[in-house]
Amino acid sequence: MFFANVIFLLLLNDLFLLAAPGVTWLIRLTAFQGVLLGSLLFDMDHALLGAAVLGIKGILLPVLLARTYKHIGRREKTRHLNHAIAVLMGVLGLVFSLWLENRMDLMPGLFPDLLFPAAITTLFCGLILVVGRATALSQVIGYLVAENGIFLLGAPLMAAGAIWFELALLLDIFVAVFVMGIAIGHIGEKFESMDTARFRSLRD
Amino acid sequence: MTFYLASVAILLLAALTMGVWAIAFTLTPPKRRQNRRSNLCGSTAAALACLIGFAGMAAGPWDFASLPETANLAWGLPFGGFALLLDPVSRIFLLPVFGLGFVCALSGSIALRHERASEHNIAAHWFFYLLLLLGMALVACAADAILFLLAWEIMSLSPFFLIDFNDRDSTVRDASWTYLVAAHLGAVFLLAFFVGLWQATGITSLNPAALAPGLADAGTGVVSLLFILAVAGFGAKAGIAPMHVWLPDAHPAAPSHISALLSGAMINLGLYGVIRTISLLAGPAGSIPGIIGAAPAWWGWLLLLIGLCTALVGILKALAQGNLKRMLAYSSVENMGLMFTALGCGLLGASCGDAWAAFLGFSGALLHMLNHAGFKGLLFLCAGEVLHSAGTLRMELLGGLQKRMPLTGCLFALGAFSIACLPPFSGFTGEFAIFVGLANGASAQGVEQQLGLLLSLGLLALVSGLACALYVKAYGMVFLGRPRTGFAANAHAPGLAAIWPLLIPAAACVAGGLLAPLFFRIVSGPALGAAPLAGELLDECLVAATAILPSFWHIALLGWLVAIAVTGLWLARKRLLAGRSVRICETWGCGYQASSARIQYSEGSFSEPLARLFNPVMGIVRHGEPVSGVFPKPSSLGLSAPDRVKDLLLTPLFEGIEWLCNACKIIQHGKINLYILYIIATVVCLLIWGLK
Repeated sequence: MFFANVIFLLLLNDLFLLAAPGVTWLIRLTAFQGVLLGSLLFDMDHALLGAAVLGIKGILLPVLLARTYKHIGRREKTRHLNHAIAVLMGVLGLVFSLWLENRMDLMPGLFPDLLFPAAITTLFCGLILVVGRATALSQVIGYLVAENGIFLLGAPLMAAGAIWFELALLLDIFVAVFVMGIAIGHIGEKFESMDTARFRSLRD
Repeated sequence: MTFYLASVAILLLAALTMGVWAIAFTLTPPKRRQNRRSNLCGSTAAALACLIGFAGMAAGPWDFASLPETANLAWGLPFGGFALLLDPVSRIFLLPVFGLGFVCALSGSIALRHERASEHNIAAHWFFYLLLLLGMALVACAADAILFLLAWEIMSLSPFFLIDFNDRDSTVRDASWTYLVAAHLGAVFLLAFFVGLWQATGITSLNPAALAPGLADAGTGVVSLLFILAVAGFGAKAGIAPMHVWLPDAHPAAPSHISALLSGAMINLGLYGVIRTISLLAGPAGSIPGIIGAAPAWWGWLLLLIGLCTALVGILKALAQGNLKRMLAYSSVENMGLMFTALGCGLLGASCGDAWAAFLGFSGALLHMLNHAGFKGLLFLCAGEVLHSAGTLRMELLGGLQKRMPLTGCLFALGAFSIACLPPFSGFTGEFAIFVGLANGASAQGVEQQLGLLLSLGLLALVSGLACALYVKAYGMVFLGRPRTGFAANAHAPGLAAIWPLLIPAAACVAGGLLAPLFFRIVSGPALGAAPLAGELLDECLVAATAILPSFWHIALLGWLVAIAVTGLWLARKRLLAGRSVRICETWGCGYQASSARIQYSEGSFSEPLARLFNPVMGIVRHGEPVSGVFPKPSSLGLSAPDRVKDLLLTPLFEGIEWLCNACKIIQHGKINLYILYIIATVVCLLIWGLK
């Protein structure tokens, strides 16, 4: 029962992410998603990994992101998709992932109920965030959410000894956010904008 | 095989050395002496390799029944193999490669010896020259599809850098790009051909016997498609219409020794490809009778049609040209057309069981290929000497060069006689074989075969007549009459030291006529090996080969008689004139008092009357005002002949492709988030497609 509730919260959280009004809310919702992931792992009897995920995805990364945001200190003014369309696309993603689960030839008993569609939906929501938001920071959060989806897909495989792989993945994403945070900070200092649309002038 | 491998090894080693040298020259500009040394080394290595290769080829057995020599070398790749096969067909195509390679290396070395190091990287030039030779040598012997394509690419890419020698000139750059595009269009067809062959048979080997079962399973449709792909791919290299457009651009732009090699040796390999394809797809000579059998008749018709169109377009466009090398380039197109016509005649003969047409078609194509290499090489090298001495190749600015550069003039006249297929020289023998083959169509089975072959005979006769007119124009405009401008008047004669390499192809032109039976006997082996003949037809062809030989003895005899008569007359004239003073005065001027060089026959005087008949093909555009009225005002007439296939077909085609590509840039807008959207969309579509 607890597991199903967490999955439900996760899906709700995904849709909220798409509708979030600003970067502050995005960071809060990401932190909450990290907590949800951690609790899922606790429920699947991966206590050590659950604690690590809670620490990194629930606390460390959001804190880093919040610090970066504070450091840059500008509000998100534009976005490419408005809330309604983004949420609609998220719902479509959910429908697609349910269809996918039906069609896919999964090993029976590998994924607990609803985990697979939730993971795919999270992945899609992350990518929709990347597509729909204008600032680099929101896009970093989008990547993070997408990575959470991939992480969820990998979670059931951990029993088969893939734990080292997952830890390495965590480390990767940590470094990525760390580096991107610094890079965005520098871009912000130099160019006074982190609107990725302005990267357009760099194309050939 | 030993000689061949030695030659290839020398070419490879020398190419590597010159490559290192070329890089060193790019990094540190060479001194004059270093430049000359690299010129000498590069050309000597090329000449040595060609000499060894030529000796090996010329000695080798020519009998079609002789076992082909094979060699398998180590090959680092997981697919294909370094399989080489040397049979009479390979040998006959390697003769011009090594022969002209030798002559052009010597001539090029003389032409480039004074080039400044600051302007040209001579080492790089010889590097690409050696690569071109290596590529051609490998193409003619490759017995594996991967090796063949690799060699084909080497052979196709290196001329780009050779044509681009004078790259400061924008027309030269454009010409080399045109060449590159044409070469790669052809390569695309070839790639499709070899991939199709591999799909159908599952092997990369080019052994007809090994391929036959797979092809028999694949069915006639696939084999026909493969044949069309091969003709398009190899035809682009050979310069068949409408894919000939690179020749008239590339040849005037390239240095003359390169034009000679490309025109005399490289484009032949397109013909080689078609010949090999026929025996690959139609099954080898009698090895597996009944599986695919002989080539279908429509292959012959297709080649005949392509050949006739190419020959006509080539000769008519050549007549409309004012630039000597551009004219020679179109003339190469015409000669390729003749060879394709002969091939078509051979295939038709083979399909309807007419041994004479089959044998004479194939042997005529090969004999004409050999002869063409000789006289076209000679003519291009002569054109190079004219350019070097007079500074221009525009015929309207030349004239009277025979007196200023007599030896070059004589050599050009020799080449012109040969290419116009006049009896004592080499061109006649090849055309004789083709004409006899076509004329034999009258006894072929089936009315359409008879009509087709006889009509082709008529068209070829027209082409030959026009070729005569063309070379009257070329030799007359450039070497006879009076100098039209200062370019011609101030031309200086090159010394014998500079043009002695030209004597080799000139000797080949004479020998081709005077030793006609010898050459024909050499060619008949490869011709029997190349044609898809089996059973009785093969025996009949052997009979035909023996029966036609006396005709070639007669040709040779006639040649000797003419040669003796000419020598006798010349000696008699010399003797009669000995001790007398010879007065030189004006030619009879029709009573016209104020004769000047400007009233000579001009380039337009030759082409304009023909244009009244053939202008839809020649595409001559008139500029200026015609003379009108009783008291006419000053008027002028100029003619130009742009290539219509290029201007009306290919240029719009490629501009359309460019427009399409630019239109596709809409999806490349620089918005990163939309790029990610593309990725999502692709992933979703793939998932849906994969799970459907």
